[in-house]
Amino acid sequence: MFAFILRRLAQSILVMAVVSAIAFSLFNFVGDPVNNMVGQDATREDRVRIRQELGLDDPVLTQYVRFLGNAVQGEFGLSYRIKRPVDQLILERLPATLELVLVSAVIALVLGITAGVYTGIQRNSWFSRFILSSSLVGVSLPTFIIGIALIYIFAVYLRWLPSSGRGGVVDLGWWKTSFLTIDGWRAILLPALTLSLFQTTMILRLVRAEMLEVMQSDFIKFARARGLSERAINFGHALKNTLVPVITIIGINIGGLIAFSVITETVFQWPGTGLMFIQAVDFVDVPIMSAYLCFVALVFVIVNLVVDLMYFAIDPRIRIGAQ
Amino acid sequence: MTEHTEDVSGKPPSLWARILDSDITYSFLRTPSAIIAAAITLLAVGAALLAPWIAPFNPFDPSQISLWDGKLPPAWAEGGQPQYLLGTDNQGRDMLSTILYGGRLSIIVGIAAVCLGMVLGVTLGVISGYFGGMVDAVIMRFADVQLTIPGILLAILINGIGRAALPLEFREEFAIYVVIVAIGLTDWPQFARVTRGATLVEVNKEYVQAARVIDLPGWLIMTRHILPNVMRPVLVLATIGLALAIIAEATLSFLGQGIPPTTPSLGTLIRVGNEFLFSGLWWITFFPAIALVVLVFAVNLLGDWMRDALNPKLR
Repeated sequence: MFAFILRRLAQSILVMAVVSAIAFSLFNFVGDPVNNMVGQDATREDRVRIRQELGLDDPVLTQYVRFLGNAVQGEFGLSYRIKRPVDQLILERLPATLELVLVSAVIALVLGITAGVYTGIQRNSWFSRFILSSSLVGVSLPTFIIGIALIYIFAVYLRWLPSSGRGGVVDLGWWKTSFLTIDGWRAILLPALTLSLFQTTMILRLVRAEMLEVMQSDFIKFARARGLSERAINFGHALKNTLVPVITIIGINIGGLIAFSVITETVFQWPGTGLMFIQAVDFVDVPIMSAYLCFVALVFVIVNLVVDLMYFAIDPRIRIGAQ
Repeated sequence: MTEHTEDVSGKPPSLWARILDSDITYSFLRTPSAIIAAAITLLAVGAALLAPWIAPFNPFDPSQISLWDGKLPPAWAEGGQPQYLLGTDNQGRDMLSTILYGGRLSIIVGIAAVCLGMVLGVTLGVISGYFGGMVDAVIMRFADVQLTIPGILLAILINGIGRAALPLEFREEFAIYVVIVAIGLTDWPQFARVTRGATLVEVNKEYVQAARVIDLPGWLIMTRHILPNVMRPVLVLATIGLALAIIAEATLSFLGQGIPPTTPSLGTLIRVGNEFLFSGLWWITFFPAIALVVLVFAVNLLGDWMRDALNPKLR
């Protein structure tokens, strides 16, 4: 197990090294950093002086090492456009994204597992067929179209829910939450639903497939022979044994949720990190682009690592196999 | 081969006869969803490619557009005019025509991006599987690293860098190529993985050993011997990849990062229409969105069927 964790760690470090190298080279390939910091009328001497102050004349490797040192401490410099430290900007907007991701993960899990178990057990009922065929449509629908459709139905036509923003937020000092007001909950509903739909269909299909397979196995037949209740068989025995692949997919999907939050946040003008990233790309705000890239890669690496470790906790067979 | 293709003269059957007699054709003719999907895909591709000839108007010709005809609802709705079947957008362009032209752009970008990703991925995959060792390790680690970041995010990023690297005056003109490269570059690891896996199997077979024994050069073995035998899974992946590439392009364009509104793709049309959603002009968004969804759904269905039909285990 130790060797396994070490190998995983090595790979994670490699990923971060490559990503940080790309994030670093963004500064050099995209635009001239000096031009982005001084006005049009800066003199040549000013520019040369700033170049030296920033250490842009040092060898590339020295610059990269310095970049890494700063990045590890969360230092990515000032945003070109807003002229404020990038780490502050990200931290300010992180609660919005995390709350959105959390709510949609819960929606996806509850809906996905419930519907997956149902369609796995009642495989031939008309309702199962209906769920399955609509899930196929769900996979084909691009996220932003789902968002637009929900906005049109619930915000424009029915006027039940707001179409953009976070609604009422409560400032806890270091965390602005929309969980404490009714307005906040109303605002988070549509974006969270939009973000969760694709994940729901993935989880649904996976749980269903796993349930179908497990239901054929000998230990379920044995449980039936012992006269256990349907409930105990379905949930205590069958569902439990489908959880390993489900946890993998959930782990991968948390990353997916963060990625697709870029789209959802743009559709709903949700003031999170994803919207900030898109705006940064629009204005070629390199420090934000670079920081966001590193941040997302870090989230992914950590999630993947945690998922791998959770296998050990959940499935005793893997623990034994690895020894 | 079954008995009815055996020719008395001993001639090998023609290519056409072989296609008609293949397992794929058999499976295709017995899968209604595949036939429908293929029909819709062909129709969409046909309509898109023939757009300049079948579209009632040319949305890029200013002489055919008048702002007086702007924001007209579809022909069957109140206030609609018969010559504009699906209504007009805010600039007075006929929706049906812009959708045909937009779909054309979406399909072209999708196909080009998949081709780029496929060529890149298959090349690297075959090389990786054929040579093994360090080459394999380096290429596959790169693929692993790239796969940790979701495709759409990477596409946005590459696209953003590409746009930023271009001088301002070329940005619109070259936007379409930047989008193709961005999506193509995000696509390659999947192709590389599948191709490498298939190549590893082929490399150990007798025909490759034989080719090595007679001292054929490596590139010849890779292109003439291995490549044709690893193409099956690659084709399946390409079909599913096409649906994903079309979605990716639409998403980029919707985010304002893709094809500019002067020559709109379906995604750009949806983006533009979205601004008028609140004023109740639903048709400017609705029809392009439906066109996109139907197109992607049909290609997805086709990919699903191909995956099953080409998988010997399921036969």
